[in-house]
Amino acid sequence: MSQPVAPVRHVLIEGNKSYHNITEDLCTPTEKAPSREWIIAFSIATAFLGLYIFAITWTVWKGIGSWNLNRTINWGWDITNFVWWIGIGHAGTLISAILLLFRQRWRTGVNRAAEAMTIFAVICAGQFPIFHMGRVWLAFFIFPFPNTRGPLWVNFNSPLLWDVFAISTYFSVSLLFWYTGLVPDLATVRDRATGFRRKMYEIFSFGWTGSAKHWQRWEYLSLVLAGISTPLVLSVHTIVSFDFATSVVPGWHTTIFPPYFVAGAIFSGFAMVQTLMVITRKVLKLEEYITINHIESMNKVIVLTGTIVGVAYLTELFIAWYSGYIYEQFAFYNRVFGIYWWAYFGMMFCNVVSPQVFWARKIRRSIWWTFFLSIIINIGMWFERFVIIATTLARDFLPSSWSYYSPTWVEISIFVGTIGLFFFCYMIFTRVAPVVAIAEVKAILKVAGDQYIGPNAKKTHGHAHTEPAAKKVDEA
Amino acid sequence: MAAESKKVLYGLYNDEEDLKGAVRTANSDHLDIMDVFTPFPVHGLDPILGLKESRLHILGFIYGATGALFGFLAMTWIFTSDWPIVFGGKPFWSVPAFIPITFEMTVLFSAWGMTITFYTVCGMWPGVKAKTLDNRITDDKFCIAFDVTDAPEGDVSKLQGFFSKTGAAEVNVKTM
Repeated sequence: MSQPVAPVRHVLIEGNKSYHNITEDLCTPTEKAPSREWIIAFSIATAFLGLYIFAITWTVWKGIGSWNLNRTINWGWDITNFVWWIGIGHAGTLISAILLLFRQRWRTGVNRAAEAMTIFAVICAGQFPIFHMGRVWLAFFIFPFPNTRGPLWVNFNSPLLWDVFAISTYFSVSLLFWYTGLVPDLATVRDRATGFRRKMYEIFSFGWTGSAKHWQRWEYLSLVLAGISTPLVLSVHTIVSFDFATSVVPGWHTTIFPPYFVAGAIFSGFAMVQTLMVITRKVLKLEEYITINHIESMNKVIVLTGTIVGVAYLTELFIAWYSGYIYEQFAFYNRVFGIYWWAYFGMMFCNVVSPQVFWARKIRRSIWWTFFLSIIINIGMWFERFVIIATTLARDFLPSSWSYYSPTWVEISIFVGTIGLFFFCYMIFTRVAPVVAIAEVKAILKVAGDQYIGPNAKKTHGHAHTEPAAKKVDEA
Repeated sequence: MAAESKKVLYGLYNDEEDLKGAVRTANSDHLDIMDVFTPFPVHGLDPILGLKESRLHILGFIYGATGALFGFLAMTWIFTSDWPIVFGGKPFWSVPAFIPITFEMTVLFSAWGMTITFYTVCGMWPGVKAKTLDNRITDDKFCIAFDVTDAPEGDVSKLQGFFSKTGAAEVNVKTM
């Protein structure tokens, strides 16, 4: 099958790159000594990781009583943070799987880093339910295994157990997908390295040679993994939303939750990808590979999903009123005008109002606006989860048990500490592996390089097949 | 795999279009290509090399079906015969509640099964030493390799002629 490349297609690789330039540019960050900025940022991340370890040790030592959860509000910052991190962990698989199926070529610039981000975000997310269990040394009880207690099994009807399966499957499948994509690029780094580094990369690149048959299988594997990861990524946040939606708590048991949570997850995930990419492309000098066109494409996804989330918020309010069910009506009245009104308005402003500025092309293509708004959206999505969890629980059926919740220093430290954990992992990743998929960028060079398409394309490039407008590309 | 060393004659090309042209020439000259190595997947190369379609996706389906059956039957056995428990007055065999885990097991088995199969059939595992002909193959060179271990002198010079005719940038011999 071949497909004509329209002259209006965006340039995705700038700077008149040859295949060798791509290898050089993308391998260099792993080869030279870390820059001063990297060392400073890494030290800060490590300090926050230390804070995380301290706060978790404190929690395990003293017990969950060191958090401010109470009889009424038994899910607070812990589950808020869990859902927040899981949401962030959705962009990687979305970019690599769904955009692969849709043949969106701009994914190649950002998929590797976004997938890595997914894996680290899921690691951060996992910390919260695990330590919320209290007796964390018995955490393995959540898995069904033959045991000497009967055997007594887990409850397969519980959404919390579905979550265990969904998140552990998501984590391991994302890891396979990411690593299999990484193997050819690790081989590229291996073939440039000498001595001890070469030995290490020989181990991690699994003996990759680049044989045509291996590439064929590799592409099949990537495509089928993308095919099964697409429903997987949608299922994960659907199941996270089941934690709430299958309960009988007004404000939680709404059927809109699965699509609303998935849209919110993509929204926050892309915001986090933007935060990281804007920094990464600058620090590692990858502006020619992660171009303004990439950033604009992601901003388009952000404005779309942000608007979906906004529609979901309004639908919730409408349905609460339309249901005629006073408990539901009270839950939503309380959500907007109750004791946590500031969280609701923060959420509305950050998630629904602020991304609307991306309708303007100028703002969509501005680095500073993108960075600023990605932070705002991350904050807004955190508020969303807090609103859903804490506000709803604070005002339950019995007014005598109504309560208020604010976190202790331990809860705050754990949350801030997971951000340290996340950046600690991400920054190590930028040192040991190419942050942009080398082989995949080379494969799209002739359809997305600025010497082949776009305003600066060279009309006579030696080969007949490089005519920009009438060029045919094999797509089979 | 044979343990004795192999003598390989290989040519490096600078562009994937040159490579594809050379493979077509090799086909019409009835030359027996041992393998082709590229830095990225070159589309349109498989049919002219005569590579059969991979069957990995069929295995993926079989693994997935196995996972679905395993997950569903395990839950069925546990909740109907091994240790039935009433949850909220629901039936022991509450099929709708089993769907999420059945789905996750499908994906888990399919992904792991296919990935393990992929690495096994490619002979790739941690610590496997790559049989690399040239370090630049993972960078920007496209390679056609011929096995010339037992080839008579005439055949080798015929292959040399083929490489110079098709525009190979370099031709080398390596024993591996």
